[in-house]
Amino acid sequence: ITFLTLHFLSSPAIQIRFILIQNRAGKTRLAKWYMQFDDDEKQKLIEEVHAVVTVRDAKHTNFVEVRLYACLSCLQFRNFKIIYRRYAGLYFCICVDVTDNNLAYLEGIHNFVEVLNEYFHNVCELDLVFNFYKVYTVVDEMFLAGEIRETSQTKVLKQLLMLQSLE
Amino acid sequence: MPAVSKGDGMRGLAVFISDIRNCKSKEAEIKRINKELANIRSKFKGDKALDGYSKKKYVCKLLFIFLLGHDIDFGHMEAVNLLSSNKYTEKQIGYLFISVLVNSNSELIRLINNAIKNDLSSRNPTFMCLALHCIANVGSREMAEAFAGEIPRILVAGDTMDSVKQSAALCLLRLYKASPDLVLMGEWTSRVVHLLNDQHMGVVTAAISLITCLSSKNPDEFKTCVSLAVSRLSRIVSSASTDLQDYTYYFVPAPWLSCKLLRLLQCYPPPEDGAVKGRLVECLETILNKAQEPPKSKKVQHSNAKNAILFEAISLIIHYDSEPNLLVRACNQLGQFLQHRETNLRYLALESMCTLASSEFSHEAVKTHIETVINALKTERDVSVRQRAADLLYAMCDRSNAKQIVAEMLSYLETADYSIREEMVLKVAILAEKYAVDYSWYVDTILNLIRIAGDYVSEEVWYRVIQIVINRDDVQGYAAKTVFEALQAPACHENMVKVGGYILGEFGNLIAGDPRSSPLVQFNLLHSKFHLCSVPTRALLLSAYIKFINLFPETKATIQEVLRSDSQIRNSDVELQQRAVEYLKLSSIASTDVLATVLEEMPPFPERESSILAKLKKKKGPGAVTVELEDGKERGELNGGGDRGGDAAIAASNASTPSPSADLLGLRSTAPVSGTTPSAGSLLVDVFSEAGPSATSAGVNDDGFLSALHAPEASDSPLVEGPGDSDSAPPTVASEDPAPPLPESDELLNKFVCKNNGVLFENQLLQIGIKSEYRQNLGRMYLFYGNKTSVQFVSFNTTVSCPGELQSQLNVQTKTVEPLVEGGAQVQQVINIECLTDFIDAPLLNIKFRYGGALQNISLKLPVTINKFFQPTEMAAADFFQRWKQLSQPQQEAQKIFKASHGMDTEVLKAKLLGLGTALLENVDPNPENYVCAGVIQTKAQQVGCLLRLEPNAQAQPGEQMYRLTLRSSKDTVSQRVCDLLAEQF
Repeated sequence: ITFLTLHFLSSPAIQIRFILIQNRAGKTRLAKWYMQFDDDEKQKLIEEVHAVVTVRDAKHTNFVEVRLYACLSCLQFRNFKIIYRRYAGLYFCICVDVTDNNLAYLEGIHNFVEVLNEYFHNVCELDLVFNFYKVYTVVDEMFLAGEIRETSQTKVLKQLLMLQSLE
Repeated sequence: MPAVSKGDGMRGLAVFISDIRNCKSKEAEIKRINKELANIRSKFKGDKALDGYSKKKYVCKLLFIFLLGHDIDFGHMEAVNLLSSNKYTEKQIGYLFISVLVNSNSELIRLINNAIKNDLSSRNPTFMCLALHCIANVGSREMAEAFAGEIPRILVAGDTMDSVKQSAALCLLRLYKASPDLVLMGEWTSRVVHLLNDQHMGVVTAAISLITCLSSKNPDEFKTCVSLAVSRLSRIVSSASTDLQDYTYYFVPAPWLSCKLLRLLQCYPPPEDGAVKGRLVECLETILNKAQEPPKSKKVQHSNAKNAILFEAISLIIHYDSEPNLLVRACNQLGQFLQHRETNLRYLALESMCTLASSEFSHEAVKTHIETVINALKTERDVSVRQRAADLLYAMCDRSNAKQIVAEMLSYLETADYSIREEMVLKVAILAEKYAVDYSWYVDTILNLIRIAGDYVSEEVWYRVIQIVINRDDVQGYAAKTVFEALQAPACHENMVKVGGYILGEFGNLIAGDPRSSPLVQFNLLHSKFHLCSVPTRALLLSAYIKFINLFPETKATIQEVLRSDSQIRNSDVELQQRAVEYLKLSSIASTDVLATVLEEMPPFPERESSILAKLKKKKGPGAVTVELEDGKERGELNGGGDRGGDAAIAASNASTPSPSADLLGLRSTAPVSGTTPSAGSLLVDVFSEAGPSATSAGVNDDGFLSALHAPEASDSPLVEGPGDSDSAPPTVASEDPAPPLPESDELLNKFVCKNNGVLFENQLLQIGIKSEYRQNLGRMYLFYGNKTSVQFVSFNTTVSCPGELQSQLNVQTKTVEPLVEGGAQVQQVINIECLTDFIDAPLLNIKFRYGGALQNISLKLPVTINKFFQPTEMAAADFFQRWKQLSQPQQEAQKIFKASHGMDTEVLKAKLLGLGTALLENVDPNPENYVCAGVIQTKAQQVGCLLRLEPNAQAQPGEQMYRLTLRSSKDTVSQRVCDLLAEQF
């Protein structure tokens, strides 16, 4: 047995480190952070993710390994992976530990996109721009504290419609 | 514009967003934003009280502006006001603003916490969820302090709505991860575990993440979750594709929950209860069977969801590593995926097979796929897939297929992507060494490696081939012959010249009988490369020449002439000049006997972990090295026994001075103190002789002649000891008195001056990790003691003491830890620290335990240093200089000039200065290259203001870069101590 990192650095720590939705030009349409990053780091990550994801095509996997700071205060790098899926001009990216289940998160993205599509009736990029504050609500219903909270589309949509009806 | 109409409710916001989108230039956008900010500011400041709707709209606009990347410095109070609205939409925007723009403004946190408290007790599930999501998103310590007690109650209360339970579970998880000390599960444990039985699958999905995290930290308390998880899994796996209705995803029942259940089980060994185990094995078999069934849908979502479960099940099978039947079935399933048309599946199959290769039950089954994997290495389009194929070849390599795999990897190297070449080189070098049956193959492989990918052959690799050749006399003649032939190539890589020079200098005599490689021919061949090489290689060649004089007296005149030439003896490089002078003198005045003694063949190197392996571990990062580690026992076969230590070991310990750069694993491959490099240090000392003692290079003293000959061993840090290394046994002291602090404890302390978390100490038995936080004059440190063995530590006892004066300067309190640490377990200890007045020494930590009967007794310095009590102070340039002048008495200042031990990367420097705890002041120093910082050290007795200035001469050549560090504070001891601490960091 070898401990290579401390518990607080190693899994199972926060599962999802961040969720990003970007368009091809690199504009961020949603950024949800589950780890403490400062503003510069966030900007750097956004650029890095855009750079690694947009050069890939359909023959590539939907997974990219990247090296990031494992925690803010210790200058220690670790590998993470970005699991991403492209829908028209939008890239949906989730950053998780290298040991996490790739396909579960890949379908987690699709499940989320289907909910958005239903909620916004054929979602397009502009919906995410004009309703950015609602997108956060959708995210929080489905992912919380970096974990999957709810996976049933029916349940999520029912809840969202209920909230929509509130003043 | 249809989208605008969708922004229902807040028309003003939609219009503003449209305006921004219509801006043609960045300037226009900024102008529009400034206009809006002015408008919002005036509304907020206006006499007329704003209604909730307007407040919501403006706060939402501010949020939008912030998300565009602009700073927002007002509106926080209005957002907080929205929290107490009783309208959902207003509350939601308030909470969203707080979650996105959280800052540690203390008055606000109190108000926010108040609002959260009200919502949590409102019994309105919508409001409760909003409040819980806010806590989960922010997760600050203040929130943990306020709510860690309340949330478990909400989670397990019988009347809590399902959606609130989901949020409460994950909210608690977040607080537990951020502040584990504040979340006390004790009385709730059993009820939380039973959430696995909840009727609502969403509650189970959320709760299981919490349970998994808690189980991984306290497996015993939560072990009842195993049987509950197995029965839940069994129900899902055996249900028909439509039974679970809402939770069926593309005909796959509850894929995410299944994955999470399988992952939870990976926190535990296989169930002991036969019935539970039987049920689980049945589940795993069913999952494997389903993979063979025809798909229920052609959609990729269906197969992805199904395979997500399959891969997680395979992970569990590998984790148990006890069911040969399942392991082999898993391997066969992955084998099918290796040829699947989906790149994702091929990638994942290669990755998963890598771990299967290390199981004794499936190793052989994995090996049958070798041809497919080799093919993947050659044909895959995605480099990350090729990388996985290379990893798998490495993992499946053993004696039976080593020659084939090494040959394939070598041929792949010729065209390999630059990004993975270095790693491939390391892997080839390791495999060649580990599975060498005859050493001529090993030598050929490494020389091929240098030929094909010389630029990627790191020092470790060529050091290693020399270590092995020196330790194995049956290969020395072959090695000499082979390098001699390799050097015939008109253009050969400098690394080849290094290996060639070293080996011919030691063993050239073994081939000198052949007139085609007579001594003079050998010398001329080497010398023909001399002028094309860099200084370190030329230094090495000079050492080879003096060795030639000893081996072949007939070359003496020729070589002396070379040494005497102006280009050597007057070389502008001090190291080369010094060698030429010393070697010339040595060869002229020493008798043959003396010469023979001084220039004797190198003694065998002590057995130790391959430095190449260490380098690969470092490159791949933690977690990727398990495969290599378990092979430790085999490695001993290759290079001589460990009993032939002797002189080389002493030379090694002299030559390798631990540097403060030692990283967590203690592998210093980035800055090896090799015999050839310290020369740069001696140059610096001459030039900067006024720089004081701190500039004295560690390498200077033993940097006389022949130091180049020690090169191969100097790469091993004394902190790293391989499993086979006999000197690496942890300190064993018979006495029960605390041992004196380890010699490296000061260095370990230095590693933590600018950071609070990391691994403090590690040997073969024990790892000690630290996490610490400081506020004002108080600190709290968590120590994590990890038992790396599979045997329990008994009588485990740790004490913290403050020697001498420190007793009256620091107040340190600890609780005792449990005396038993199970194999593989980690225990935590909390230490509370109060700084009474400024101090210099560090508290001592003594750890005693019995491992297999032997008493282990280790003392270390706890990394509590005065700078931990810094409060950063922001100030403008004028203030800074005024205070700087006020602190102008000589004793208030401490200054050091020292050589840079690391590169002068701006970001790294800044991170270190921030890590020190001071504020880094921008635009203060007229010279933008310099750094100035300010902070106040908080002690109980007094506050000590402290100013700092760091001046690098970044323009200097690497190796000659220097810093001047100046500290001024109101207390002389503080200036001196902070200066001493910080000077070690660069």
